[in-house]
Amino acid sequence: MYPQELLYTREHEWIRVDELTGTIGITDHAQKELGDIVFVELPKVGDQVVARESFGTVESVKAVSDVYSPVTGEVVAVNKKLQESPELLNADPHGEAWLIKVRLRDRKETEGLMTAEQYEAYVREGAGH
Amino acid sequence: MATPAGLTLKRTALYEAHRAAGARMVEFGGWEMPLEYTGIMQEHLAVRTRAGLFDVSHMGEIELRGSGALALLQYVTSNDVARLAVGQAQYTALMYPQGSAVDDCLVHRLAEDHYLLCVNAANTEKDFEWITRHNSWGASVRDVSHEYSQLALQGPRAAAILARLTDADLGAIKYYCFRPATCCGVGGLLARTGYTGEDGFEFYFPPSESERVWSALLDAGKPDGLLPAGLGARNTLRLEAAYPLYGHELDEETTLLEAGLGWICKFDKGEFLGRAALLAEQQHGLRKKLVGFEMLGRGIARDGYPVWIGGEPAGRVTSGSYAPFLRRNIGLAYVLPSEAAVAGREIAVEIRGQRVAARLVPLPFYKRTAKS
Repeated sequence: MYPQELLYTREHEWIRVDELTGTIGITDHAQKELGDIVFVELPKVGDQVVARESFGTVESVKAVSDVYSPVTGEVVAVNKKLQESPELLNADPHGEAWLIKVRLRDRKETEGLMTAEQYEAYVREGAGH
Repeated sequence: MATPAGLTLKRTALYEAHRAAGARMVEFGGWEMPLEYTGIMQEHLAVRTRAGLFDVSHMGEIELRGSGALALLQYVTSNDVARLAVGQAQYTALMYPQGSAVDDCLVHRLAEDHYLLCVNAANTEKDFEWITRHNSWGASVRDVSHEYSQLALQGPRAAAILARLTDADLGAIKYYCFRPATCCGVGGLLARTGYTGEDGFEFYFPPSESERVWSALLDAGKPDGLLPAGLGARNTLRLEAAYPLYGHELDEETTLLEAGLGWICKFDKGEFLGRAALLAEQQHGLRKKLVGFEMLGRGIARDGYPVWIGGEPAGRVTSGSYAPFLRRNIGLAYVLPSEAAVAGREIAVEIRGQRVAARLVPLPFYKRTAKS
């Protein structure tokens, strides 16, 4: 269910780290909890994001949800497809519907994040509500 | 599930059926209710294009009987109950003396001296106490909520689906009329009413038969694409139709005139609670008025967001959402009455600190086209 190569936060974001670039998205659990996603607001390329601080908003028909960055760094890419097709977040949250790519300031920041197994257990226990 | 106050939530007779159908449950008005089954978007579109079935058994029912019932109802509500024939229903408001609503509700005239009110779940006790407190006419007033389950079958296919299960001649039940009828053999009251902006029916019947009626309707509607629908879709549907929701567009602070409900204020019927306050307001002008808007810029307006007109703070959003059928971001707001607060004018809604452009539009946002 949850890809092995990703790391996960307690707020239901994921990050995939390649060298010094982190790709960030929301988890399948997050999209299920939100329901039909109809709006995504993301930062611009060049903006700074800070670990554990909100960098954007995902809205379903019913709810508004902040998205928190797992790491600190500079935004180097934004998934423009989501502006026209926010429903991609329901269809493929761990793949095509990534949110932003960030140049990491400090790789060590990812050390406290959960592995796929840990996150799966965390969700199963019903944590984060 | 428990509320923050530690109170146990009430459940309808269909609680288990909802869980089995995979519904996501939420707290609403002290009840644990289905928010969505397959998704708000799908359920909303099913109601607009085919049909949806809602469990609305959380709604309260209050019965008034006796020779004083009409006089009592005339005094506590704003609409003219005397205009109702037996078998007719009426949208009205239970009134405070200051011209605001204790609740908005439907009055059904069951017999000459026998009425049934359908009221908002969260307001049932308050309504019952309010009516009882003003009962100077010796009417019998009973909270009979536990005696009724209520299902709402809504959408362009609703009549065709229901026709397979009922003994009633549906063509003879006009909009806002009702009659005793059966559905899959279960007797109840069948009304051509709803809260979605579509044609449809609301069926009041004994709770013990809930699962039977619910399953029979879902099965009968399967070929038509009928879906069970939750409170999420019920809210987006009523918003597209611009129906007020108590606690959002209506509350103790808001008069019926401000809410655009002057059409249910029948001043010529005689004295009623709030009459003098409403007449005075009519003369001196409104303090605020309900407007509809659609977003021009990117963003969804939500309840409580500030509204700006001509660079000045002008009010607040009371309901806002993405509208699944209209595919626009829409909302209702109370603003200061002014020449700038009219349909066509551009305004701004403050979303997370940013003012985003929107335009005032005529209400309702959605109106179904009459059957040819």
